[in-house]
Amino acid sequence: MLRLALPLALPFAIVAVAFVLLSQTDAYIIRLATTFGMYAALALAWNIIGGIAGYPSFATAAFFGLGAYVTAVAQNLGAPLLVGVGLAGAGAALFAGLLGSAILHLRGKYFAIASLVIAEVLRELTNSWTSVTGGGMGINLPLAKTTLLTQPQLYLAAMLFLAAAATSASMLIDRSRLGVALRCIAQNEDAAQIIGVDTRMAKTWAFVISSLFIGLVGGVYASWVTYIDPTDVYDGAMSVKPILMALLGGVGSVFGPVLGAFAYLLLEELLWRNLLEFHAGILGLLVVLLVLFLPGGLSQIRGVGLVSLPKIWRRAP
Amino acid sequence: MLWLQVLVNGLAVGGLYACIAVGFSLVWGVLNIINILHGSLIVLGGYLAFFAHQYWGINPFLFAPLAGAVMFAGGVALQYCVINHVMARPFLITLLLTFGLNLFLDNSMLALFSADYRKVLLNPAPGVFDLGSIVVPADRIYATLVGLVLISALALLLRFTQFGRAIIAVRMDRDAAALLGVNVRWTYAVAFGLGVFMAGSAGALLSAIFPISPVASAGYLSKAFVICVIGGLGSIPGAVIGGFALGVIESFGALLLGPEHALTLAFVLLIALLAVRPSGLLGRQGFA
Repeated sequence: MLRLALPLALPFAIVAVAFVLLSQTDAYIIRLATTFGMYAALALAWNIIGGIAGYPSFATAAFFGLGAYVTAVAQNLGAPLLVGVGLAGAGAALFAGLLGSAILHLRGKYFAIASLVIAEVLRELTNSWTSVTGGGMGINLPLAKTTLLTQPQLYLAAMLFLAAAATSASMLIDRSRLGVALRCIAQNEDAAQIIGVDTRMAKTWAFVISSLFIGLVGGVYASWVTYIDPTDVYDGAMSVKPILMALLGGVGSVFGPVLGAFAYLLLEELLWRNLLEFHAGILGLLVVLLVLFLPGGLSQIRGVGLVSLPKIWRRAP
Repeated sequence: MLWLQVLVNGLAVGGLYACIAVGFSLVWGVLNIINILHGSLIVLGGYLAFFAHQYWGINPFLFAPLAGAVMFAGGVALQYCVINHVMARPFLITLLLTFGLNLFLDNSMLALFSADYRKVLLNPAPGVFDLGSIVVPADRIYATLVGLVLISALALLLRFTQFGRAIIAVRMDRDAAALLGVNVRWTYAVAFGLGVFMAGSAGALLSAIFPISPVASAGYLSKAFVICVIGGLGSIPGAVIGGFALGVIESFGALLLGPEHALTLAFVLLIALLAVRPSGLLGRQGFA
């Protein structure tokens, strides 16, 4: 029982303490912490399919945008925020299940390209389906009605909650049969198939769980910023950022993406603040330096990254 | 007649599209790298042609090989000094490296040239060839012809020169090639340089037909993706067929569904093709 209770409870406990500490600070800190929650959840979600299963998905932007638009449309039709976000998660997961049956048999680069294109298709469809999505003009969301918390506090709580849920899910997957199957697939998919792993099922589940979280994050994001447009939420950078975070922290490990998200957020914030005009260029240079010079975690797809927390974790009784 | 006109419109840009994709395909086939930088390199070629036309009055169609040659040197240096260091890593790493380089180049061009769309205005304007019931825009025909000439030159170079054979040998088995005395690092550098050459030339050809801007680079990259997957990766004939196929698909897509859906149709086709036949229409191992 304890084996299950700990991964379920620990992330939420940490997040609850963090929320209490952070919720009374100034708006800037709260915004940063909310962004951190969002990045951590996205990086953890990508890590399930991209890291643990070793399938380099570039579809994060697609599910993020889909979630954002589902929430936006549902709210504009009068659904409450919670229902909108729930629909966003369900929609993204369902879409991933259907999509997975079409593209998850592709390997390596072919999978990467197919997943990369999904966001482009969805963006174009969103752009042209003006009657529902508002097209290129974007779409406004109603302000969330809050009683207990202020607006910023609500989104801080929501994003941190999603990050905790994604952490819990990662920890549970890591210890489950699914996790073993996914690691086998990452190492050698043919061998995994031969020894009897249902690779198709495992990959599809990983893709669905990953997309579920991405869709939920997209939904909360849409409500947070109250205005979205296709180029914003289907931005290709949204697909690459979680990969960078996971790489920074350690691909395939459970806590690596969280650390990576923190490190990435710090870098991004510093660059934004100091080099508004050229921040994307410097970010590009940093990516190049990271890839070229940060040894260890980067060289292997199943690397350990900055800190070998998962090892410490496993050593504990 | 309308259908014929639409077909001709599609075919007229086919060679240009093939030119966009062939360098991307070469780099993918030989170096096993998805070169995210490709779209920005096309735009850079376009700017070279734009400024060459503005300051020296050189016709972009004639300038295309020159733009390619200038960028070839840069491409060789980039591969030799930077990308060669990560060639042994998983492809996600090389992809991220080119993604980072792409961010840098895009942002640099944005800072240097601004996001304004610019276009080479030829004087006199190329006009159209009037073939009775259908008209053919002359600039597209010129671009397609120059593109096909350059692609043929590349194919001949790969087929008949020692360096070309070395590139093919490295593509087939890099360790065996190294044992036989091929300098693999240098061969990679030249192969990447050739890919950049084609991107630069394609950009120069584009600059006289479509407006160029740093923000357009992602569009060219996705076109290169689609063309490569339609035609099959790592084959020059595949890129040519894919280029013409995309031209025709876009042209008919624009007629049937409206111009804003032309590229979406191509993307949907790409996913369907990947799901059914990942190696493309002419895909095979080995290049050329």
